[in-house]
Amino acid sequence: MSTFLLLTITGLGLGAMYFLIASGLSLIYGLMGVLNFAHGAFITVGGYAAWWSEVHLFGGVHSAWPRFLLAALTGLVIGGVFAALVELVLIRPLYNRHIEQVLVTVGLSIAFVALVQGIWGPDAKTLAVPVWLHATTTIAGAHIPNDRWIEIATAAVVLGLLQLFLRRTRYGLIIRAGVENRAMVTALGIDVRKAFTLVFAIGGIAAAVAGVLGGVYFNVVGPEQGTSLLIFAFIVVVIGGLGSIGGSAVAAMVVGLTQQYVNYYASSGVGDMIVVLLLGLVLLISPRGLVGAFSS
Amino acid sequence: MTAVATTPRTLLRVDGLHVHLGQSHVLQGVTFDVPEGGVTALLGRNGVGKTTTLRAILGLVGRRGSVRFDGEELTSLPTHRVVQRRIGYVPEDRDVFAGLTVAENLRLAERDGSRRYELVYDLFPDLESRGAQRAGTLSGGQQQMLAIARALLNDNRILLVDEPTKGLAPALVSDVAHVLERLSELTTVLLVEQNLGVVRRIARDAIVLDQGRVVHTSDAKELLDQPELVRRLLSVGSQG
Repeated sequence: MSTFLLLTITGLGLGAMYFLIASGLSLIYGLMGVLNFAHGAFITVGGYAAWWSEVHLFGGVHSAWPRFLLAALTGLVIGGVFAALVELVLIRPLYNRHIEQVLVTVGLSIAFVALVQGIWGPDAKTLAVPVWLHATTTIAGAHIPNDRWIEIATAAVVLGLLQLFLRRTRYGLIIRAGVENRAMVTALGIDVRKAFTLVFAIGGIAAAVAGVLGGVYFNVVGPEQGTSLLIFAFIVVVIGGLGSIGGSAVAAMVVGLTQQYVNYYASSGVGDMIVVLLLGLVLLISPRGLVGAFSS
Repeated sequence: MTAVATTPRTLLRVDGLHVHLGQSHVLQGVTFDVPEGGVTALLGRNGVGKTTTLRAILGLVGRRGSVRFDGEELTSLPTHRVVQRRIGYVPEDRDVFAGLTVAENLRLAERDGSRRYELVYDLFPDLESRGAQRAGTLSGGQQQMLAIARALLNDNRILLVDEPTKGLAPALVSDVAHVLERLSELTTVLLVEQNLGVVRRIARDAIVLDQGRVVHTSDAKELLDQPELVRRLLSVGSQG
């Protein structure tokens, strides 16, 4: 029972990171039709900006929690700004040219890994985090690492904030409408390009959060961490339904839990394969993912 | 005293408009004027370029030529800027946002200070009571009302209305025609419509397209009173 509980909480923690990445990917594709292969770079920017600022900007802050939180906040801000710049400089000139957009985002993801390795070397960097995060809490005999709670809680907060933003603000309304029919939004006199930049910035911030939490979960931030997390985030987006935040949240938890359970109870690595099979199954039954299955 | 008939001034001038969609040369130099006030009907058989003309005016498709609105050239402007010149659009397939509520669809359409909810709810009282309902669950007629209401919410100087009676039951066609009649008292309407009964009832001027070109312009009733001409231009009887 304790093992099952540990696997469940760990799976939810992993799913939380997938959700943070997938939410931005899903909104970007849903609104703009852009498959953003550079999203992994946003994760890496968040993780590295947190690590770098912790060492170089906030090294003088002796208390662990404030230092970590300041570094994490820096990662988020830089992640958001970087993502907005990517949209303005690289994506906007290629608006409606999908092949070129894919090439540019794939190119950026490859170049960015090389750039990070060129500046800081290929070795992963240790993110100094408060001791509590690496301690465990015992529940029903299961020793659960505390960082899992933070990951799950952060994803829940981000999900809540995103839903509030999408439901209660004018830009949220524009994004929800744009996911359905972008041309009609412009035919109502709305400059949808501002929403594009905003969605990239939001996606970049959420990915940067995942980059920071990835540094906590894996103890380190590495040049290729973003890329490896991105693959499963893409699977989550497709299973959840492109453009659906709620669908991404459910799919992220399903993928995270499936990986943990199967990797433990079957064999390590089988969980990843099962997730890919699950993707194929969902696409066969409901090509629009969970959203399509529930709306039809 | 002698009454002097005044010619209404031109509000919209389309000149030499060309549109290519893929390999098709859909509009081949479309030229016409829309006078201020009343309803101008844009007629023609299926596939002659009526919808494309409206979409080209708005910049929703790439085009070449000139579109002048109240003297201002629009072709260099992106769609949202064109619409901000107070041009409303009711698309052919309604294109309401199915996942948004009726109230959210209307809120999204709000453009400036002059939001005419009173007028909208006076014309379509059903929309007020169904504010919290998802637009995707409305009937076809209700969705059409919502699409018109969205364009009506702002104080537009011209409405581009594309086949508003398409696919509607006869009773609803009459309702929509009545609404369009009311609209024409408030603003200029450029109407694409296949139902000639509706055209006869509300249109003042008629423009007929064929194979991407304007082939006839006249007073609408004058055209509809010539069954042979109507049959030749539109391949239908004029009774509608």
